[in-house]
Amino acid sequence: MSLDKFNVIIVGGGLAGLAAAYKLAQNGIEVVLVERGDYCGSKNLSGGVFYSRVLDQLIPGFEEEAPVERYITNYITTLMTEDDYVNIEYKGKALANTPYNAISVLRAKFDRWLAEKAEEAGVMLVTGIKVDKVLTEGGRVIGIQAGDEEMLADVVIAADGINSFLAQQVGLKEPFRLEHLAVGAKALIELPREVIEERFRLSGQEGTAYAILGEATKGVAGGAFFYTNLESLSIGVVMRLDDLVKEKIKPSEALDQLLEHPLVSPLVKDGKMIEYGAHLTAEGGLQMVPSKLYKSGMLVVGDAAGFTINSGLVIRGMDLAIGSGMAAADAVIEAHLKNDYSEQTLSSYARFLDESFVMKDLKLYAKAPAFMENDRLYKRYPLLANKLFEKIYNHDLKPKNHLKNLALESLKESEMSMFDLIKDGLKGVRAL
Amino acid sequence: MKILTDTEKLALDKYEVNEGQPHILINQELCQACSTKNCLFACPASLYSEQDGEIIVEWAGCLECGTCLAVCSNNALTWQYPEGGFGIIYRYG
Repeated sequence: MSLDKFNVIIVGGGLAGLAAAYKLAQNGIEVVLVERGDYCGSKNLSGGVFYSRVLDQLIPGFEEEAPVERYITNYITTLMTEDDYVNIEYKGKALANTPYNAISVLRAKFDRWLAEKAEEAGVMLVTGIKVDKVLTEGGRVIGIQAGDEEMLADVVIAADGINSFLAQQVGLKEPFRLEHLAVGAKALIELPREVIEERFRLSGQEGTAYAILGEATKGVAGGAFFYTNLESLSIGVVMRLDDLVKEKIKPSEALDQLLEHPLVSPLVKDGKMIEYGAHLTAEGGLQMVPSKLYKSGMLVVGDAAGFTINSGLVIRGMDLAIGSGMAAADAVIEAHLKNDYSEQTLSSYARFLDESFVMKDLKLYAKAPAFMENDRLYKRYPLLANKLFEKIYNHDLKPKNHLKNLALESLKESEMSMFDLIKDGLKGVRAL
Repeated sequence: MKILTDTEKLALDKYEVNEGQPHILINQELCQACSTKNCLFACPASLYSEQDGEIIVEWAGCLECGTCLAVCSNNALTWQYPEGGFGIIYRYG
């Protein structure tokens, strides 16, 4: 049994852990990062684009050298029914400016690159080791245990992901509730670069990201994502667990049906699936974030802390992970200067989070998860939009009607009242 | 595009299997008293099945998401991540 002691041990080499590690090493603090996979990124999976400007603060000009797949210039929101869809597309010229607003990444490559940067900055990277538990002494976290090995540190940062067993072990969090979790099932589809650029009307490294509501999840609360990488497409369904167990839908079957939907099928034609993955994601916003993310000798960052924002159109997690990792590093730097790692000193983590965009945005969107629980969003609105457009464009030789009447008919056919519409509209503009 | 079965999907992935060391253990008594059996459909890798009244998990194909643990309504699972270096190895992610 070795009893090495370090300033900081970080458990988990995802974006939160790596951002914290990088910033700490940059500030001359001795930091060990322990990752259970063979390399950082080997256990990681993303189901959305990365709003990456925060990483530019940590590593200025990172996009010049990082394995960026594409920068997202085209955003498409899709309301989907079984056979039809309505798309709303936005293409913004400014979205192509650097530092990029959002990029698509493949985490096994991207996180591995960030880990190399962290090592260059002085982080000691230990891979292929699973941390079994944190060591405590008198209510204080003093290190970690992995198999027979123990390693001591002034501070342990739990960056061990959405299932964070470490934060649970020390009582900082309970297992997340079903309504706060969703499972994402994702396929990676290989296609030649030119084919992707032609089909998605992209030039150079531009990229497209779809947010899909409705039939993609067979009416289960959640949605689907679909975005372009350089030579592949990422597509997946995200289904909230509380609704999934009610509806009893298999995630992989929902994904299969999405791949055959008229929206998707021509875009993935002749593509070859090269990887299949699944991951849990947080859906509860601020509500699921544990009230306290620090204790003597320990901080909790990233998915382990439940940091995600889903406003229906924009889903964020990776940027919050990096922001929280940087805030944790700031707190540890302050504690290091005082040589005091007590709960009170480390509570500055909460202050750094409050001052950063992480908490500001989580608070701003605090009502979004409750709004997103409304199952009309997944069942009724996609139907309404598709019925309305069908009535507008489909000339069946019967006398036409005014738009207002078409809208009222569509509303009735999608089993909603004007009152529902007004109520949801008012709630929506306040929550989102 | 050809639609793959779930077994074919998992065959695309890279794993390092820790032979003989399952990281998911099932308490069959609790499963027998379970009325929901959410694991049978919720697992995105479709690894759970019911054979001769017992719940079986093909743990070697696990994607390590934790869905089964979250939806198990009888706390019948002892679930941990595979040992370091084992399990799913995403090449793209």
